[in-house]
Order: sequence, then structure tokens, then C-alpha cells
Amino acid sequence: MSTMQQTPASETKPTLAVFKFASCDGCQLSLLDAEDELLAVAGIVDIAYFLEATSRIKDGPYDITLVEGSITTPHDERRIQEVRQQSKYLITIGACATAGGIQALRNWADIEDFTQAVYASPQYISTLATSTAIADHVPVDFELRGCPINQFQLIEVLKSLLAGRQPRTKTHCVCMDCKQRGNVCITVATGEPCLGPITQSGCGAICPTYNRGCYGCFGPAAQTHAQSLTDHLVREGAAPAQLVQLLRNFNSAAEPFLEQGNRLEDAVNLKGR
Amino acid sequence: MAEARTIKVEALTRVEGEGGLFIRLDGDRIEDVKLSIYEPPRFFEAFLRGRRLEEVADITARICGICPVAYQMSAVHALEMAQGVTISPEIRRLRRLLYCGEWIESHALHMHLLHAPDFAGVDSGIELAEHFPDEVNRGLRLKKHGNELLEVLGGRAIHPINVAVGGFYRAPKKDDLLALLPDFEWGLEAAIETARWVATLTFPDFTRAYDMVALQHPDEYAMNEGAIASTSGKAVAVTDYETHYEEFHVEHSTALHSGRANGHASYHVGPLARVNLNLDRLTPRARQLADEVGIDWPCWNPFQAIIARGLELVHAYEEAIEIIRDYQPFAPSRIDYEHHTGAGCAATEAPRGLIYHRYEVDDAGLVTFAKIVPPTSQNQQQIEEDLRDWLPRVLHGDDSQTARDCERLVRCYDPCISCSTHFLKLTIDRGESS
Repeated sequence: MSTMQQTPASETKPTLAVFKFASCDGCQLSLLDAEDELLAVAGIVDIAYFLEATSRIKDGPYDITLVEGSITTPHDERRIQEVRQQSKYLITIGACATAGGIQALRNWADIEDFTQAVYASPQYISTLATSTAIADHVPVDFELRGCPINQFQLIEVLKSLLAGRQPRTKTHCVCMDCKQRGNVCITVATGEPCLGPITQSGCGAICPTYNRGCYGCFGPAAQTHAQSLTDHLVREGAAPAQLVQLLRNFNSAAEPFLEQGNRLEDAVNLKGR
Repeated sequence: MAEARTIKVEALTRVEGEGGLFIRLDGDRIEDVKLSIYEPPRFFEAFLRGRRLEEVADITARICGICPVAYQMSAVHALEMAQGVTISPEIRRLRRLLYCGEWIESHALHMHLLHAPDFAGVDSGIELAEHFPDEVNRGLRLKKHGNELLEVLGGRAIHPINVAVGGFYRAPKKDDLLALLPDFEWGLEAAIETARWVATLTFPDFTRAYDMVALQHPDEYAMNEGAIASTSGKAVAVTDYETHYEEFHVEHSTALHSGRANGHASYHVGPLARVNLNLDRLTPRARQLADEVGIDWPCWNPFQAIIARGLELVHAYEEAIEIIRDYQPFAPSRIDYEHHTGAGCAATEAPRGLIYHRYEVDDAGLVTFAKIVPPTSQNQQQIEEDLRDWLPRVLHGDDSQTARDCERLVRCYDPCISCSTHFLKLTIDRGESS
């Protein structure tokens, strides 16, 4: 970050805010996990709202806002509108914010059943029947994918914005990174289902590197043909019900994971009848 | 005439996840104290039903980005019990190593960026770095070591991908682990300096008669395995946890509270409980340090939990170094099993305290029941009771200062609110209208 450290004094530094909705905190933690860059970042932006990191709270508007988490309560439906109004450039970070997250599994269930399964006094609980991405509620300027996000991508996005460039992240699939790492293809070698061909780069193809199939943390890659993959996996012997679960985890509501999951589930149900 | 008023902290800061604090006073009489957790519910225990048991460690990791390993470890141990899997000593050691990585990362984060700023009267770790640049930079390096260990062993620091029921998807390469040693050897000395540094902070003279609860193991500082011990009674087996400890639902919290099964009395989990109950099982240098930090153990001052974290930081480095030095690649990295109907439970020690999981699975390997008790929901009631005792000392006319003083106490517990909500929407403030 050395080129940016000569930015002028604190009054003129761009302000950064971090807001949390339904999530695990892991994506905002990625900022604190950038140990080598953290103090440098703090030197060039004014951290105006970041509850996890600082008790100093400044009112908006904010130049750059990072939003973690999905919308799951009536209160948060309203709060995201306020956050948008206060933000010049709004970046959603992580699978919860960009696709509804693991908690979007409620979208296929009866929320009353869910509440009763967890809470002895469901009447105390206020929640929506769905978990939805931030972009379903307000315009979003940039989406950073991943469960969790890649901290280097986050730092790169912040650097780009501070330098006045439009941020970019790579949108190719995990397979490309996997080949570069010299891994043997998990699906070809063992028949284990792997979402690498349809999942966006960002993790470094860690799952295949550790002898397991990709489970899609970074959501769908650009220009994939998801049905070719699911058809192939079924032909190779994968149980459709298992594929439904593989497609329905942290990015279950992102197309084409959504479409393929629903299609396979319909096929399973039809067969079961 | 006594004046009724409320003190509110709408949003607690420097804690993981989001919650608030609500205090109602009548003059100086405390009418109500609530740690309000308004983190939205996410319903993990509900959507785990019907999932393949092999996915549980990946899914429960997402309960918390700060302590995913705690969720993974508790889940796989419980599911191994359900499937009758016995792991090898090599796998067991690597699991301890993985936990060392998470303790180092989480403790270094809490000590330097979240908790220490309170003792210097500043708002953040970043501001603290202006006053204590060497200490904060050292802390960041320690935190980074924890993350690097998690990356080598777990694939990545947040939501590791290498933890499986039965073991690991892949055993680490010897060279990859050995490459960590120089940093860890430096880190051990740095951790000792860090523990000494936090011991020099000024602590309020505040002690309470806690019922402290932590795992205890005859041969080691308990992380993944042990009986559930208490400073006020006999240890019980993990399988009896639910007979002795109980969750209950209160209106102001989306996190279920926990208490002793008889009458819901509060108890305290976390590093202070662990050190108090397992002092003599600390590694040699951590044990020696415990005698040097000016505490006559056991310690009953919640503010000194930062010292307990320092000792555990040293312990985690010492143990990690030993495991890395002795490591030999092994096979299989994962013990096979056949699916059958079964039930299992496990408790492990998350950085912020005891965590309990119980699952039931069917003969196809699908989860039919899940129960998860995170550390912060167990500490919730304890924190509220502490605040009632703490408040009279910090009522000095300036309510905003009182609120800050209360937040300091809350932070001692390193609450992880994202975890504790099973997951709560809180309505603050029925008090004012009544």
C-alpha cells in the first residue's frame, strides 16, 4: 500500500463503513485478517463505522461501504435502505450478502417449523420467511463473492477504488486454478462430484488440492453451462439428491445453482412418486 | 424523589456480531440489566436436519467466522460418536494442532484489537497502535501465525475445508508444517512477552464467586476431549451435559440462555475457567509464566481473562511447536465408516469457552436432529449478573461513561454474538413504556 500512504490528512481521507446483516462475521474479519495491510489501510481511509473493530462511530454519509450479511428480518429490510442512502459506493462482501448465504435454506422450508425447531418461545422471534441478497433490496455497486471472501481480493478492491479505478475480480472457474496448481481432477479420478467447473475462482482451488470436491463457496462463475455438469455427474453415478444438497449450501439462491438445484429436486420427486 | 432512567448501548463495539445493552435504573437502584442480542436468527439447527452428516462440519463452521474450528471439531467428534468411529492418535494430535491455530488467531485478535484498547482508554486496536506500536504489531504477527497454521492444516483460515468426519481430507505435508517452525519459535517468545505485557495492565479490583466450567483431561490441557469440570462441584461426563446444564429462551435475546439444570443458576465458561481448572496441565513455559504474572490462582476477576488468554497463547505456541516437530505423515488421513442410525454428542473448548453439539442421524447418514450450545449463550446470563454487581461501582452521574464501563466488562468475555444466536431478535426497552 506504500504508494498510497502519502494521502493527505485525516479530514480529507475517504470514509469507510462496514455494516453487518445476517452473517457469521467472517467476511468483515477478513479485513482484520489482512494483518500486513491493516494499519496501512487505516492510514489512508477514515474508518468511520466498523463496530467489530472500533468504538468510534461517525455518522454518514460514507464514501465506501462494505455490507456483510443477508436480509432476513423486517428491521433489516428497512436498515439496508438507510445504509444505501448513506453510502456513495456500496460493496457487498460474501455469500450471505451476494446470494443470501446458508440461511437462505429457509427459502425452501416453512419458517414456522424452523422457528419452533430452534426456539422454545417462537413468539419472541421476528424473522422473514426468506433470506435474500442485498442486491434484491438496493442497488449494489460491486459484489465480492466467497464464503468467506478472499482478503487479497478485498484489499485489491479497496486499493482500486482509492486509486480511482473500477475494481475487478476474476470470473473464471475454479477448474482453471486447479489445473494451474497441477491437481489431478477429483471428479475424473474418483467420480466424486465437484462444482469446480461452474464455481467462480477466488479460493485458490483449495478443496481439490485437499482431495475433496469443490462445494461452491464462491458461487457461480461467468458463462458456465451448469446443466452439462449436473447431467455428467448424474451419468457418472452421483445421486441427484446429493447434488441438490451440493448446489444448495452457501450460494443456494444464486443462478444457476438455484435452477439446477430445483431441477434436480423436481427429478428426484418425480421419480419418488 | 428517585429518578427512573435507562442507559442503553445500542450497539456493542469490539465484539463479534451485534448486540446491545439495556439498563433500567430507579435512582441508583438497578431495576433491569439485559444483554440484548439482536443478531438475526439463522436457524442452523433446523436446516441441518436432512443434510448429509459429511456436510455438517462445513455448515456449522458458518455459524462463526472467528471460531469455525470450534464448530467443526465439536461436530465431527459428535458425529464420530454417532457412527462409532475411533480416530487414530495421529489424527487426534493434528486436531489439537488445528485448535492451537484457532486459539492463537482468536486470542491474539481479542487481546490486541478488541480488549486491550479498553485499558488504554482508546477506541480501537488501530488507535492503540499509535500508543503501543510494538505491542500491536507483535500482536498482529501472532494473529497471522495462527491464520497461517490454519491455512496449512485447514486449507484456509476462515471456514477451513480440510476437517472431515473420521479425520482430515488430506494429511499435511511435512515440509509445509516445518516451514512454519521459525515463525512459531519467534512467536513463542513474542507470546511470552505479550502475556507479560497484559499482566502489567491496571485491572479493576472486582472479583465474583463464579461457578466456572471447562473441560478437564487427566493428561493434557483439554481442548477436544475431557470431562466437564466445574470449580464448584464434581466433573460430569459430556454425555451427561444436558442433565446438568440447560438452555432456556428469554424474550430479549435471539440467543438461548444457559444455566445449571436445577434453577438455571449462571455459570462462567472461557479461558479463565480453563486456566483455573487446568493450571497444572499448561505447557511448561505457560505454567511457569502463570506464577510470574502476579495472580494467586485461581483467579476470580473477569477483567483478568486477558491474562488467561495470554497464558493460553503461550500454551498454544508451545504445543503447536511440539506437534509440528514430531510430525510424520501418516495414512489413512481419514478413518472409514458405514452409515448407521445413531446419536452422539461432544464438547470442545472454543477460544471463548465450552461448546456442545449433539446430533442424531439415520441409516442413510442424514441428520435428523441437531443441538448446538455455543459458549456465548452460556455466558450471557453470567454477564448480566456481573453487570448488576459492577453497576454500583460505575454509576457516577455520567451515564455515557457508565455505558462505556459496562461495555468493558462485557468485552472481558470475548462474546461472540454471531455464534450465540441460534440463532435472536431483541426488542430493547419494554422498560420505558411500563
